[in-house]
Amino acid sequence: MSGSSVKFVPEPERYEFTAGPMHHFELARRDFFKFLGAGIAVFAVAKDTLASQETAPTQGFHQEELPKDITAWLHIGEDGNVTAFTGKVEIGQNIRTSLAQTVADELHVPFESVTMVTADTALTPFDFGTVGSRSMPTMSPQLRRAAAAARDLLVGAAAKEWNVAAEGLTTADGKVTDPATGRSIRYAELARGKTLAQNLPAEDPVTPPDQWTIAGKSIPKKDARAFVTGNHQYTPDLRRPGMLYGKVLRPPSFGATLNSYDAKAALAMSGVVIVRDGDFVGAAAGNERDAVKALESIHAEWKEVPQTSSKELFAYLKKNASAKSDERSRRVKGSVEDGLATAAHRLDATYTVAFIAHAPLEPRAAVAEWSDGKLTVWTGSQRPFAVRDELASVFHVSESDVRVIVPDTGAAYGGKHTGDAALEAARLARAAGRPVQVAWTREEEFTWAYFRPAGVMEIKSGIAADGALTAWEFHNYNSGMSAIDTPYVVPNQHIQFHSTQCPLRSGSYRGLAATANFFARESHMDDLAHAAQIDPLQFRLKNLSDTRLQAVFEAAAKSFGWPRKKTQDGQGFGIAGGHEKGGYVATCAEVSVDHASGAVRVVRMTTAFECGAIVNPDGLRHQVVGANIQALGGALFESIEFENGRITNPRFSRYRVPRFRDVPEIEAVLLDRKDLPSAGAGETPIMAVAPAIGNAIFQATGTRLRGLPMVPNGLNTARS
Amino acid sequence: MAKPIELEINGKRHTVHCDPETPLLTALRDELGLTGTKYGCGEGQCGACTVLIGGAPRRSCQIPVSAAASKPITTVEGLEQDGHLHPVQQAFLDAGAFQCAYCTSGMIMSSVGFLKANPHPTSSEIVQALQGNICRCGTHPRIIDAVHQAAKSMQERGR
Repeated sequence: MSGSSVKFVPEPERYEFTAGPMHHFELARRDFFKFLGAGIAVFAVAKDTLASQETAPTQGFHQEELPKDITAWLHIGEDGNVTAFTGKVEIGQNIRTSLAQTVADELHVPFESVTMVTADTALTPFDFGTVGSRSMPTMSPQLRRAAAAARDLLVGAAAKEWNVAAEGLTTADGKVTDPATGRSIRYAELARGKTLAQNLPAEDPVTPPDQWTIAGKSIPKKDARAFVTGNHQYTPDLRRPGMLYGKVLRPPSFGATLNSYDAKAALAMSGVVIVRDGDFVGAAAGNERDAVKALESIHAEWKEVPQTSSKELFAYLKKNASAKSDERSRRVKGSVEDGLATAAHRLDATYTVAFIAHAPLEPRAAVAEWSDGKLTVWTGSQRPFAVRDELASVFHVSESDVRVIVPDTGAAYGGKHTGDAALEAARLARAAGRPVQVAWTREEEFTWAYFRPAGVMEIKSGIAADGALTAWEFHNYNSGMSAIDTPYVVPNQHIQFHSTQCPLRSGSYRGLAATANFFARESHMDDLAHAAQIDPLQFRLKNLSDTRLQAVFEAAAKSFGWPRKKTQDGQGFGIAGGHEKGGYVATCAEVSVDHASGAVRVVRMTTAFECGAIVNPDGLRHQVVGANIQALGGALFESIEFENGRITNPRFSRYRVPRFRDVPEIEAVLLDRKDLPSAGAGETPIMAVAPAIGNAIFQATGTRLRGLPMVPNGLNTARS
Repeated sequence: MAKPIELEINGKRHTVHCDPETPLLTALRDELGLTGTKYGCGEGQCGACTVLIGGAPRRSCQIPVSAAASKPITTVEGLEQDGHLHPVQQAFLDAGAFQCAYCTSGMIMSSVGFLKANPHPTSSEIVQALQGNICRCGTHPRIIDAVHQAAKSMQERGR
C-alpha cells in the first residue's frame, strides 16, 4: 500500500499484457560465432524476479547446454569491436545510446567501439517488450554484468599470456595493462583466434554509479548523422527487390462484417494481387495508387453494429462497470466511513479523461517477405517477439520460421505494442509471392490503432482541521491501476479499479492510467488545500512521509520560485506531483488566462524528476522536456471523438496536438541519486503536467476543471 | 503506362513514370527511392514531407508531381555537399534536436527555406515558421535552438 514499490506488475486490464508467451531461442552457439566471427562472448542470465517477470523461460540453444533466461549478451570481436545484443527497441527514447554507454563504461572500451544490435528476433534474446520504463532498470544491469564478466575473461586471458596473477592487472580504453611491468595488450589481440563463450556467473560486482566514466555523461545519440541526412531507413523507407505496395480495405465502422463482396473489376487489373480472407480484403500492386484504385473498384457491403458515441462516453463507462471486483483491483485500509465522520472538511468529486491517440509521426508500417516457407517482417513495434508469435499463430507456422526485425522507429509512446501492419503485409506477401509493404495512412493510424483508454475517477475525502488527511476513497473506471494508490499518508483508504465495457480498442499509452489517476488525485489535493487554507505545496508536504517525493516537490518549487505572487490579471500558478515506476516527479506550471476570450496559455513549467542514478543527463532532459510537451496535448485539447463506430476527427486538421506556439518555457530539474539504481524515465515525467496546469487555472480563475482535455475550445466553453 | 515527367531534384534530372496527379512525395519516395522525405499525414498538416521547390519550403504531399516539373526541387538528401553537412543539418546534430527523428527531415527543410527568406530570425519568428511542422516527441525547444545556431553559423560563413 505504500506505493513506493518498483515491482513490475502488468496491469490486469491491459489486453496486450494477457498473453503468456513461451519462447525458444533459435540461434545455435556455433551459428552465433559464424555470424559474428571469432572472439569472446558473454551471456547474461536473468536471476532476479524483476528480470524474469519480463523474460520468458528460454529453452536452450538446440541440443547444447546453455543457460535459461538469457536476457542479453555481448561479443568482443577479433578487431576489438564490441557488439551487444538486446531485444529492446529504439523508438526515440535513446536506448541505443544509453545501453551502449553502459556497456562501454563497464567493459572499459571507447563508446564508439560498441554497437548495439536491437530488436531482431533471430539475433537478440527474448524480450517482453520495450514497455513500462523497464529498459534502464532491467536491461542496463544485465548488460553491465555481461560486460563485467567479459572484462574478467579478458584479464584472465592476459594473465595467462603473461604468466602472472590476474589480480594485479588493470583495464582501460580497450586494453589490459600490467602495472608491474608497464606492458599492455589490446582486447582485440586477446580475442583473436578464440571462440570462447561464457555464461555469466550468478553474481558479478559491477561499477557503482559514482565511479562511472562513460555512463553518466551526455553522449550524443548514436548514428545521429543518419537522421539529419535522411539516410536512416524507418520501416516505410525500406525497399526490397520486387516489393509491392499493399493497402487494406477498411470496414466503414468498428465491428462491421463483410456481407457481400464483388472484386471482378479489381481482379481484371493487371499487376494487382487481391486477397480476401474472411473479413480481410487487401490489394498489392507495383505502386500504392494502383492498390488504392483496385480497392476502390471493389463492391463490398458491410453489416454494421450499433455503437455508443463519445457524447455519452462517461455515463456509458459507469453504467457498464463490472459488478465483480477481485483482490488485485481493491485495497482497503482502516475505515473510510470513520475517517469521513471525524473530518473537519469533506470533499466529493468526479474527474474524467477522454480517449486520446498516440499519433506517432511514423504511422504503423511493415514489410513482409516469404522465402521457402519462412517469413521475415520489418516493422516498427515495441514488442517484436509478441509480433513474431502473432505471425506464427496466424499463419500456422513455427516461431522459428518467423523473424521480426524492428528498425529504429518513428516513435510509439506505448502505441505500438501490436503487429497489425505486420499481419496485413504478411498476408498480402504470401498471396503475391513477393515482398509487400503496408504503410498505414494517418487516418488509418487515427482509426485502427488503439487509444489511451478513457476513464472516470471518483474521489471522496476528508481532512482534519489542521489539514491532515483522514479519509481517501478513490474509484477508477476503465483507465487502469497505474499510480492508483495515493502517495500521501492517509489512515483510512479504499482504492478500487473497476473494469467496464470499453467502446474503443484501448491499450498502453505513455504512463498508462497514471496520468488519469494523477490528474484526479492532484486536482483533488489542490481543492483540499484550498479548503484547509494551506498553501498547496505545504499541504502536500504536510501529508507526505516519502522523502524522495518531498525532494522533487521542494526542488521544483525552489526552481520555479514557489509560492509566486500574481503580477497580472489572469495569471495563475499550480503544482502537482507523485511517483510511478521508480521515478519521482513534481511539476509547477504558470498559466495566463484571457478572461474575454477564455484562451488559456501555459507560460512556464518547471519539472523536477528523480529516477536514481542518471545514465545520460542530456538524454534524460530530452525525455523530461519531451514528456512535458506531449502532456500539454492530453491536458488541454486532445480528444478522440466517435460516433456509430467511426472516429470523427481522424486527422491532424481535426485532432490538435501540441505545436511550437503551444510550447511554454520549460525547465527540467534533474536530481541525480547515485546511491540508487537507475529507473526508467520515459513515462513518469508526463504525469504531473495536467493537474499542475489545472491547479494553475483554478488559481487564476477560481474555476476547477475536472475533465481532460480541460480547454479544447478555451475556458469559457469548458465552464458552461 | 503513364507519360514520363521530368523532374530536377538536387541538381539532377530524373524521369518518373506515374500519373500526373500523383503527389510529389510519392514520386520521390516510391519512384526515385528518395525516402528521406517522410509521409506524416497526407493533408499538409504535419510538415514531415517538406521539400524546397524553387527554394521555398513546400508540402510535397500536397503537390501533384506534374506541378513540380520544371522547377528545381531540393530534398534533405541534396543538402549535404562534398561530404559537408548543411549548416542547418550540422546545427540539428550539434543541438541534439531530435528524438525519434521522424520529423527531422521536414524540420530541417522548413528551416533551410525559412532562413533563406529570414537569415536573422527572432525566436517568435522561428516559432511562426515551424508552426506547421509537428514533432510528437516534444523536441521543440532544441529545434528552436538549432535554427538560431544555424542562422549564426550561416552568417559567419557568409552562406
